[in-house]
Amino acid sequence: MTESVHAHADEKPPGLWRWVVTTNHKDIGTLYLLFALLMFFIGGSMSMVIRTELFQPGLQFTDPLFFNQMTTMHALVMIFGAVMPAFVGLANWQIPLMIGAPDMAFPRMNNWSFWILPFAFSMLLSTLFMPGGAPAGGWTMYPPLVLMTGDAFPYLIFSIHLMGLSSLMGAINIIVTILNMRTPEMNLMKMPLFVWTWLVTAFLLIAAMPVLAGVVTMLLTDRYFGSSFFNAAGGGDPVMFQHIFWFFGHPEVYIMILPAFGVVSTIIPTFARKPLFGYASMVYATASIAFLSFIVWAHHMFTVGMPLAAELFFMYSTMLIAVPTGVKIFNWVSTMWRGSMTFETPMLWAISFVVLFTIGGFSGLMLAITPADFQYQDTYFVVAHFHYVLVTGSVFGIFGAVYYWLPKWTGNMYNERLGKIHFWCSIVFSNLLYFPQHFLGLAGMPRRVPDYAIQFTDWNQVSSIGGIGFGLTQLIFVYIVFQAIRSGSKAPARVWDGAIGLEWSVPSPAPYHTFQEPPKLTEGELQREGI
Amino acid sequence: MTRSARQQSNRTLALKLAGITLAMFGFGFALVPLYEVFCEITGLNGKGVNRIVSAAATAVDDNRWVTVEFLSGSNLAGSWEFRPSQSRMRVQPGRLYSVSYQARNPTDQAVTVRAVSSIAPGTAAGYISKLECFCFRQQRFAPEEQRMMPVRFMVDRALPPELGTISIAYTLFDSLNREAAPGS
Ligand code: HEM
Ligand SMILES: [Cu+2]
Repeated sequence: MTESVHAHADEKPPGLWRWVVTTNHKDIGTLYLLFALLMFFIGGSMSMVIRTELFQPGLQFTDPLFFNQMTTMHALVMIFGAVMPAFVGLANWQIPLMIGAPDMAFPRMNNWSFWILPFAFSMLLSTLFMPGGAPAGGWTMYPPLVLMTGDAFPYLIFSIHLMGLSSLMGAINIIVTILNMRTPEMNLMKMPLFVWTWLVTAFLLIAAMPVLAGVVTMLLTDRYFGSSFFNAAGGGDPVMFQHIFWFFGHPEVYIMILPAFGVVSTIIPTFARKPLFGYASMVYATASIAFLSFIVWAHHMFTVGMPLAAELFFMYSTMLIAVPTGVKIFNWVSTMWRGSMTFETPMLWAISFVVLFTIGGFSGLMLAITPADFQYQDTYFVVAHFHYVLVTGSVFGIFGAVYYWLPKWTGNMYNERLGKIHFWCSIVFSNLLYFPQHFLGLAGMPRRVPDYAIQFTDWNQVSSIGGIGFGLTQLIFVYIVFQAIRSGSKAPARVWDGAIGLEWSVPSPAPYHTFQEPPKLTEGELQREGI
Repeated sequence: MTRSARQQSNRTLALKLAGITLAMFGFGFALVPLYEVFCEITGLNGKGVNRIVSAAATAVDDNRWVTVEFLSGSNLAGSWEFRPSQSRMRVQPGRLYSVSYQARNPTDQAVTVRAVSSIAPGTAAGYISKLECFCFRQQRFAPEEQRMMPVRFMVDRALPPELGTISIAYTLFDSLNREAAPGS
């Protein structure tokens, strides 16, 4: 061991203070994951308000303004508070373990990137109690509507700046860690796919998040400093906001799905007991999805009145993304093909991801057809689409990852029976929740409305029942996680017998400090190439 | 690699990445002029050319009729009355026409407004020339004042043949009082 490395494996400050000052990637990963879980429940309770109100036509519980605050805040909290931090948490825990690095490249910056988040979200959530209420103009913040937000407006903008800062520091840390800290024998094409997808995601983050920061800054100056970026009276153009926003926004949706692709590409080979099919094509597909995600943004704006040539360009480029996405789905299915499959909880999530994410991809393709989108735009069909890709896609991916690595983190097996119950309830309720929204959208029900025409009642009721069920089901998850932290049968180092990867070469729970010396790659760790 | 060499190379890489981040922040702002230039070249946002053409330089196309529709809207506080004297007009390319918009300030305060025009479809914007328009400058309204404001325009003979109907919309905005009062 080199001189500067502390040999005391478990040296930590006492009490809660440890969590404030920690620079350990495992601690920070845990903080991110717990924070994401908390936000998942806060955002989730907002969606419960939405679904309760929509159980019947007419206004029951909320007034329209509060309803719109709920849809806006739900989206902001889930995207920036739950899904993104959860993936960063997974990255913190797993990337150093998977590439054989002792920690992240910049441990202290890592601490800051996490601790910014509680401030950002306290600020955002405090707007619920301000005069004029929380932001209610939609998470997409289109002007001129968003400029009519009450006192909450500057808090909205600054909290987005802070979230952006946090993810940018996180992204830079992740890229440097991956590029510079791998154990010497691990060249790029030997990296686990989760690491690859995070590398690409981190590049997407540093390319897209600053643009969001810029565009919300323009909103701020338009409102307070008399600029006219989006104000037609001063020569600006509100449609330009949509262009700049979606230039960030579409890459953002891939930021939220690529790490889930990595998780699924890790879980499926383990439980199919076969190497991943087409490792190299997976890497190239990830990179091409990332590239294409920057040239499709206007598929969110087909109805703003673009010229025909632009409508066609964005339609075709959007459809093009289906090709690398299809490659991935093909590879996952081929990995399972003739594998000796077992169906432990992580595998169930991974398989359901493949099926349900594909449904979301298909509705995405329907939305990509410009003339069809003229009908679907701003209806519940869009809501159904993005919940299939984001909930049954990204969130299920996160669940899969947590079940897969939880024994490594806590040293204890989680309760497999409860895990399966959590899974099956989630599957049933999430489909009850989101599938009918396709029908509602096709029949013309607009999104972001607290009230609707009575012919939409039946499917809304099914959807609300699914929603409440899905929400309650998640309490099982909390129970399982905390139970696994406190008790449960001891997990071996290689928790799953088909698992490959450096993380399984350290004991469970993973010691506070790992890989102080770069590890050697063994035969098993190298079995990534396809058959 | 030694520890300090590793730290050094980490730092260099992080600085480069921070550089990309800053560049992308700048790029977000650079999109604004890029967007404007793009729209000006293509006329896509319907802002039109608003250049003053000499009426003598064009001959009338006697064989072609185009419908021009006039729309109005207000983004001002208070219920402003704002409408064109006629809602549509059949015109011949190359000939000069005029239409006027009537506006009334319903408030008991003097208000300076700016009318912003938008032409649809955007591809027609480059073929509408305005010789005179109340949208060229801010308009000041005394309390309760009512006024007719003229637009003189011409459709270019080069208007692509597939365009049979063009709409011109004006929206009234608060002038933001950024410029001095009109006329000064
Ligand atoms: C095959 C891939 C995909 C295609 C072709 C696609 C296409 C589209 C289109 C055309 C829209 C705009 C619909 C409208 O507003 O009228 C849309 C909306 C959306 N998509 Fe996708 N999509 C795909 C994958 C994804 C993924 C992977 C995610 C996220 C994980 C995602 C998240 C969203 C979100 C959040 C919106 C709605 C944004 C909003 O208006 O609030 N999509 N998608
Ligand atoms: Cu998109």
